[in-house]
Amino acid sequence: MAAQKDVKSETIPMTMIQALRSAMDIMLERDSNVVIFGEDVGFFGGVFRCTDGLQAKYGPSRVFDAPISEGGIVGAAVGMAAYGLRPVVEIQFADYFYPASDQIVSEAARLRYRSAGEFTASMTIRMPCGGGIYGGQTHSQSPEALFTHVCGLRTVMPSNPYDAKGLLIASIENDDPVIFLEPKRLYNGPFDGHHDQPVVPWSKHPLGEVPEGYYTVPLESAAIYRPGAELTVLTYGTMVFVSAAAARETGIDAEIIDLRSLWPLDLETIVASVKKTGRCVVVHEATRTSGFGAELAALVQEHCFYHLEAPIERVTGWDTPYPHAQEWAYFPGPDRVGAAFKRALEAR
Amino acid sequence: MSQCKPLTLHVPEPSGRPGHETDFSYLHLAEAGAVRRPPLEVLPSDTSDLAYALVRVLDDDGNAVGPWAADIDRELLRRGMRAMMKTRIFDARMVIAQRQKKMSFYMQSLGEEAIGTAHALALQEGDMCFPTYRQQSLLMARDVPLVDLICQLLSNQRDPMKGRQLPVLYSVRAAGFFSISGNLATQFIQAVGWGMASAIKGDTKIASAWIGDGSTAESDFHTALTFAHVYQAPVILNVVNNQWAISTFQTLAGGESTTFAARGIGCGIASLRVDGNDFLAVYAASRWAAERARSNLGPTLIEWITYRAGPHSTSDDPSKYRPADDWSHFPLGDPIARLKQHLIRIGAWSEQEHQDTEKELEAQVIAAQKEAERYGTLASGQIPSPATMFEDVYKDMPEHLRQQRRQLGV
Ligand SMILES: Cc1ncc(C[n+]2csc(CCOP(=O)(O)OP(=O)(O)O)c2C)c(N)n1
Repeated sequence: MAAQKDVKSETIPMTMIQALRSAMDIMLERDSNVVIFGEDVGFFGGVFRCTDGLQAKYGPSRVFDAPISEGGIVGAAVGMAAYGLRPVVEIQFADYFYPASDQIVSEAARLRYRSAGEFTASMTIRMPCGGGIYGGQTHSQSPEALFTHVCGLRTVMPSNPYDAKGLLIASIENDDPVIFLEPKRLYNGPFDGHHDQPVVPWSKHPLGEVPEGYYTVPLESAAIYRPGAELTVLTYGTMVFVSAAAARETGIDAEIIDLRSLWPLDLETIVASVKKTGRCVVVHEATRTSGFGAELAALVQEHCFYHLEAPIERVTGWDTPYPHAQEWAYFPGPDRVGAAFKRALEAR
Repeated sequence: MSQCKPLTLHVPEPSGRPGHETDFSYLHLAEAGAVRRPPLEVLPSDTSDLAYALVRVLDDDGNAVGPWAADIDRELLRRGMRAMMKTRIFDARMVIAQRQKKMSFYMQSLGEEAIGTAHALALQEGDMCFPTYRQQSLLMARDVPLVDLICQLLSNQRDPMKGRQLPVLYSVRAAGFFSISGNLATQFIQAVGWGMASAIKGDTKIASAWIGDGSTAESDFHTALTFAHVYQAPVILNVVNNQWAISTFQTLAGGESTTFAARGIGCGIASLRVDGNDFLAVYAASRWAAERARSNLGPTLIEWITYRAGPHSTSDDPSKYRPADDWSHFPLGDPIARLKQHLIRIGAWSEQEHQDTEKELEAQVIAAQKEAERYGTLASGQIPSPATMFEDVYKDMPEHLRQQRRQLGV
């Protein structure tokens, strides 16, 4: 567990996009082995503008466009990492990482192990993920469970500009391969699931205040987004804000834990909270069955069994592909999350 | 009314099956010396003829002929000869050790020894090869200690891979030999990335990528060609066409009426098709490709024509799918016999020296095996501690792995 703001330096308002760009800018500057590539990330600066201006500043041999080949992007990055570079590659949407699965699972994740440390894959794979943007089936997925299941990978997901920058710098510096999932619904402002209300920009949110310079948010450290006494919410990404809205609207004093690092994770913070509250609700956008929530529920059950006063609830996406028209029936909004809070509290 | 007959699905078949001789005319062989040697700066599209031809240097009498017959130092040829012989002798011993159950598995490279050997000698210190499981000749040419290799095969207490990998899946960074993966083709694009990294850093090292004919059907083959071409990566893309992928003939990987070298042309990569059993041709073509890469002239694809003389692995029985005496009919012969003939012809080798070398290498391998077995074998149970099983998953061991190690009680 780490305080959200552990660095005192000049802060400026940033969106998550600007914060991510700032992290990459700083790492390109600090470490000549950092290279950035992916589809449309060079001259154009990325379809979400996350790498805007970086090619102009660092040149096309540090920041460049890649062919539309996810397997090629990750495979080439593994080779570069084996050479000694520190590639930061972008998969345009998390929904499109599948062609790179073999390189991620069989290669990047296992290289250190299988070569007994002779070769390593210090690399970061950035992927915009999550729904809530009418992205339909292939622009909305949350595939984190497909990564947390792979030994050798680190999976990270920020929920705000401050963490996004600090976690991305920490990920780039980390010597293990990191899957860095970016909830694109949070790129421009926090989103609590109330899609019928105007979007609040990050400039109006305290976590949109980001130090200009170098800092890190350590991996494997969760953040308590909202302290509370009645139940513990284990969540990450967009669902942090949805859970906070649910707490506000139900009046339930929920302790909301933003995991930040999904795996390996900060078990201590989770266990301490559940032991305190005796109740636990897991919330994620991804589909339910064998989703990451199942692992979280199992961990809580193993470590907090005698403190639990109610069954662990899971609020997740349905076990269907992500639909287009039915987006808000699919997306676990504050009502569904709030209902789970109530069930967890009422259970005996 | 349609005049069309019902469609039929074409499923390629090899001409030779058990009991039927293979018709090797599909190889479209050229005479030694017949194929031109273009300048290093050649445009990829101007190598199209070479992608369908066959670069050969040694003629049937063992003379080195034609434009690819470089003036090669005799000592280097003798070194190559020894490395090829060492590879073959090593393979034969390890197959026996596998049958004796000292190791669980082995893969020979019988008949393909020239390719890795001559190629390794054409590269420089610091260049990185991204091999498959059948390029042990690279290790032999680079004089990697046999004891280390055998310890890996035995998964014993001195196994540099700490017992984590199947036998043969070596990793020898110091010898420019990248960690072998069980997943086919993945290393092909990684090699390109490594070459790109060398270019990004303004280095002078080049990468050498390896793949079999069967594995060219994997998508990583295509990504490698695309990336190598797009970024003009300093890489040699080696396709070892030994005609077989386990039981499937190379036509099932897409070799019918075309060549694997031709894939390179389509992707804008200078490409050669070379006699893989001709040590001199392998050396000359490798040198050409290496110089191109090192001069920033971009990638080269080389299809090496050879024959997988042995079983696919110790788990395979080729007599079930191909003629038992196929290798004896393969028109490009045996790489060791052919270099031997050449060396004797130029007075750099003799029957006697050949026999003496064979004996000496045999003794060397036996001694190495003895030493390696002192550190245990899979059968003897002297394996790396299970505690090491949890190491190197991550750089630093996370808490959940510490806990699992405690649960195992080690
Ligand atoms: C992705 C993947 N698919 C299947 C296999 C199983 N397999 C191992 S070797 C092999 C044949 C490869 O043939 P080729 O590329 O021609 O190389 P060769 O064995 O002839 O050297 C197969 C199918 C594998 N290791 N990896």
